[in-house]
Amino acid sequence: MNPIACTGHGLCADLLPELVGLDEWGYPMLDGAPVPGELMALARRAVRLCPTLALRLEPAAPGAGRRRPAAGSDWRVMP
Amino acid sequence: MASHAGRAVATEAALAAGAAARRAARAGITSRLTAGWHEAGGPATLREHLQRYGPLPQPGRNRALIDAVTAAGLTGRGGAGFPTGIKMRAVASRRGPAVVVANGMESEPASEKDKALLARAPHLVLDGAVLAASAVGADSVHVCLPRGRRRLAEAVEDAVAERERAGLDPVAIAVRALPHWYVSSEESALVHWLNGGEAKPTAVPPRPYEKGVGQRPTLVDNVETLAHVALIGRYGPAWFRRAGLPDAPGTMLVTVAGAVRAPGVYEIEAGTRVGDILAMSGMAVDAGPVLVGGYFGTWHHAEEVAGVPMAPGPLRAIGASPGTGALFPLPADCCGLAETARVLAWLAGQGAGQCGPCVFGLPAIADDFAQLAAGRPKGPVLDRLDRRLGQVGGRGACRHPDGAVRLARSALSAFAADVRSHLSRRACLAAWRGQPRQGVLPVPRPAGDGEWL
Repeated sequence: MNPIACTGHGLCADLLPELVGLDEWGYPMLDGAPVPGELMALARRAVRLCPTLALRLEPAAPGAGRRRPAAGSDWRVMP
Repeated sequence: MASHAGRAVATEAALAAGAAARRAARAGITSRLTAGWHEAGGPATLREHLQRYGPLPQPGRNRALIDAVTAAGLTGRGGAGFPTGIKMRAVASRRGPAVVVANGMESEPASEKDKALLARAPHLVLDGAVLAASAVGADSVHVCLPRGRRRLAEAVEDAVAERERAGLDPVAIAVRALPHWYVSSEESALVHWLNGGEAKPTAVPPRPYEKGVGQRPTLVDNVETLAHVALIGRYGPAWFRRAGLPDAPGTMLVTVAGAVRAPGVYEIEAGTRVGDILAMSGMAVDAGPVLVGGYFGTWHHAEEVAGVPMAPGPLRAIGASPGTGALFPLPADCCGLAETARVLAWLAGQGAGQCGPCVFGLPAIADDFAQLAAGRPKGPVLDRLDRRLGQVGGRGACRHPDGAVRLARSALSAFAADVRSHLSRRACLAAWRGQPRQGVLPVPRPAGDGEWL
């Protein structure tokens, strides 16, 4: 998540409550934990739909390569 | 008779000087950067400077300097303490001409050391910037200073002009005057401003060493760090390591203020015990807890911190950091909660206004603290503070919210007894000694547009 771009719409928390919480002012809190495979589709959607394009998915381990985000546990929603 | 008396006086003076020197040595006070500060009323001229330190080593095949700085173990003196050699190597390894930025913004209100260094030894800083520039392949140096400190900028400009007349430097040096607020000294904020933007931090990456001023690889170093580079370039890493600890070598500038008889900027060996520094500056016996590391630092009881060496490793063990090297024992007639509340309110207004957790979180935390300081809590203030302090750290583009959170947490722990008495609506310790004095920790006056005077 790019904290400067984020304006606290909260869409990501609606789509992905398993991974994204909101603080009392409505800004997303992410713990940087790897995205479980079954949530990858939703995570991609959250990234695509963020109104300020403040989210992106990154490989969790350095050197995980430039593969497309595939189902699996080596990708995470990044702050 | 007269001559006898004269001799006695001279002997006494010599004894006093000897005792002061021994006391200074015991306290780890040295004079590498500060040599000659006390004789000179103003900045050292180029002539005085070269007489004092010797000629500038030949720039040119200066990749050797990066090895020397790495071997010396120099770390950044601007607060973060990053290894300078690694930073220089990272910039040098990028393609194309680089840029050097000397950071003299010193936004930390509890710190005076960069101002003092630039005002007394501008050529030492400029030497370091020029040597670093040739080492990393830079053809230009920007010296960034706050535009409110006009006389300081003039002194540095005079020094640059003196060097130009002497034809000393192979690189161009420009003195730049930036708007001054707390986060404008952050390295990405400097780069952003030098590129024509606002002096506000940007979301990183790319980091300045990758893409900085004019999209070029950029080395941003604190002015004190560069002054050490100037000395390592002259005398080598083994000399540098003669002072300090093996894992925290060299000397460092510290600013001591608060409940001390002789506040000011001192140069100490890194690793000098905090208690010795405070004793040297004449700390009052009844002083309260000590703020270590400035406004992003932490409060500690004197007995907890006195025996700890002023160096990153040992301080980390008690949850502290040297930060900008500021030490501030709280005077006994001040309330630590009220002082911290004032600083937090000020820090809350000093953000760049860019990231939600900082924009909303810091004022909320400052307000909770104000309630605590006033002894008028609205609801369960401690629970609320605990939750908010846990939510705000690590969520900004820069470290501004993290620093404020650290300060607030440490105040709750160092002033725990005061917290209890404030919440039970009894007077705190400072009030028992009389009306608490207010506003002891310095907070800059705003000068319109959020800038400082």
